[in-house]
Amino acid sequence: MSAGTLFDKVWELHRVADLPGGSTQLFIGLHLIHEVTSPQAFAALSDLGLTVRHPERTVATVDHIVPTTSQARPFADPLAEEMLATLEANCAAHGILLHGLGSGRQGIVHVIAPELGLTQPGMTVACGDSHTSTHGAFGAIAFGIGTSQVRDVLASQSLAMTKLKVRRIWVEGELQNGVYAKDLILHIIRTLGVKGGVGYAHEFAGPTIEALTMEERMTLCNMAIEGGARVGYVNPDSTTFAYLQGRPHAPSGAAWDQAVAWWSALASDPDASFDDEVRFDAAVIAPTVTWGITPGQGIGVDETVPTLEQTPPDERPLAEEAYRYMDLAPGSPIAGLPVDVCFIGSCTNGRLSDLREAAAVARGRQVAPGLRAFVVPGSEQVAAEAEAEGLDAVFRAAGFEWRQPGCSMCLAMNPDRLEGRQISASSSNRNFKGRQGSASGRTLLMSPAMVAAAAVTGQVTDVRPLIS
Amino acid sequence: MSIPAFPVGPVPRHRGCGVAVVGDDIDTDRIIPARYLKCVSFTGLAEGVFADDRREQAGAHPFDRPEHQGASVLVVNGNFGCGSSREHAPQALMRWGIRAVIGHSFAEIFFGNCLALGIPCLSLGKAEAQALQAAIAADPSAELLVDVEGLQVGLGTASWPLQLAAGPHQMLVSGQWDGTSQLVAHDPELRATAARLPYLTGFGA
Repeated sequence: MSAGTLFDKVWELHRVADLPGGSTQLFIGLHLIHEVTSPQAFAALSDLGLTVRHPERTVATVDHIVPTTSQARPFADPLAEEMLATLEANCAAHGILLHGLGSGRQGIVHVIAPELGLTQPGMTVACGDSHTSTHGAFGAIAFGIGTSQVRDVLASQSLAMTKLKVRRIWVEGELQNGVYAKDLILHIIRTLGVKGGVGYAHEFAGPTIEALTMEERMTLCNMAIEGGARVGYVNPDSTTFAYLQGRPHAPSGAAWDQAVAWWSALASDPDASFDDEVRFDAAVIAPTVTWGITPGQGIGVDETVPTLEQTPPDERPLAEEAYRYMDLAPGSPIAGLPVDVCFIGSCTNGRLSDLREAAAVARGRQVAPGLRAFVVPGSEQVAAEAEAEGLDAVFRAAGFEWRQPGCSMCLAMNPDRLEGRQISASSSNRNFKGRQGSASGRTLLMSPAMVAAAAVTGQVTDVRPLIS
Repeated sequence: MSIPAFPVGPVPRHRGCGVAVVGDDIDTDRIIPARYLKCVSFTGLAEGVFADDRREQAGAHPFDRPEHQGASVLVVNGNFGCGSSREHAPQALMRWGIRAVIGHSFAEIFFGNCLALGIPCLSLGKAEAQALQAAIAADPSAELLVDVEGLQVGLGTASWPLQLAAGPHQMLVSGQWDGTSQLVAHDPELRATAARLPYLTGFGA
């Protein structure tokens, strides 16, 4: 194979046909579905008189609408109950595996597919959810799709896609203690902007990326879409293979060695050429917090809210809108800002290592008076592993609520939501207006350790002194 | 106000009044807040379009202004439709009456979701998008002629060039934007692709 990027190699392997006008029909190796974006797709499939072409290549779970307090059926919310019942009926009718509540394998779709070994290098992965970019951490080409495209994948196991350009984001330097993959991606988005990645797949590479664990790589790729890149990926390496080995859906026996050889050959070649390259020094990154209403409006915890003069002219209208919505004065420090709610969880930061980092801050401390703090494991498996380590007890002793798995307060589709003008410290991925369920609610994105630091101090706080 | 029929077949052009929603980075949570996604059908989504912004602006939002009722061409600025992949966003816009979107730039997933409904997302320069928005404000009753095939939009005596990638352009003009049948028809090619993917064949072990 000639020198190329992983993106190019995987694209060519999955090319089914060239379509009129220059788009490509791309085979989808793994299709993940959930209760929110699939019901209309199944209905459309039925309307067209079509069936599911490869039911064994689609896997379902339920995550967005599940309550995180009591998950007893039927749910208190009849709309949520109808959505789950519809998913169950569709999966049963078409022979699709559903990891349902209490199965031991339910959880946020972008948490369970990796932990079950479903997501593997060299695959194309699609799901009706923009954070599907998460799966690129394995060297898969993974992207979010809409419901009409879910229908297309169900019908044909393929999609009409326009090929992306590839930008290499090269990162060197060691992340400081107390600075995590979340800070790195917030820093990248802050620098390149929320539309900087439109039209690109982002390849994250370099010594800093190679040193990241799989869970850290997932956090990084998860938020590629927040920088406009529909696809983000990391080349597969020994870290990837060590994570996958022994997982339920990973190859085993003789197939394992064959798989590793194939996966290794897919990594971008040393002399591959990229459409663009950007370099970052990880050593200079501080714990990063968003102050505004897009994930690109981030600053180091030791910085102040940018003034209009410090803001490029193009971005000033958005900055002014953000000052008003967030009720923050330009030039004011972000550290010390009081918060009302602290949320640890989501497909960005709801994995075991995230909970460990947050628990290390919470251990022996107390949630500040009047503040609501809760921890939502990303999956039933994450919950079980965390409980086996006693992390739930650490959080409970510190005054956090320990919840059941789901998307929770990342978005407003279940009972977990902000009220009124509450301001949250959140380990999730979007700080859009109204995102957390109140039309005037405010969100500060940060790492799980920073959320824990905010919880025990009642305000935005640099986590670094708390873990030294 | 009756809603025009949903797109079917070729979309070479569209004629209708404009409505401008001003601002960069308007995300799909704002186009339709998540609480409206608790449904198993898209049918009732029109009521949720820009719901929180409209409530906040108490009648002053462009989608509530009397002069924009019946408008079918939405004119926006940069990175419109970023964030969540929810097709509910274009579905809500379509069910409100929007049949074409013109703006400086679009988020990719939103663009693709619109294309799958037969709604073109057409690009033009930053200043040109603002000029078009100003022209709509000056005369909301004037019809825009959106020439998808010829890639320009006219309003009165003025016109602006539009951009659309070749693939989507071809799909809209030919009517092949609803491509499920085309994908399914490539059965031999789908089989051949599946057969060469090692992870579908046990890695040859």
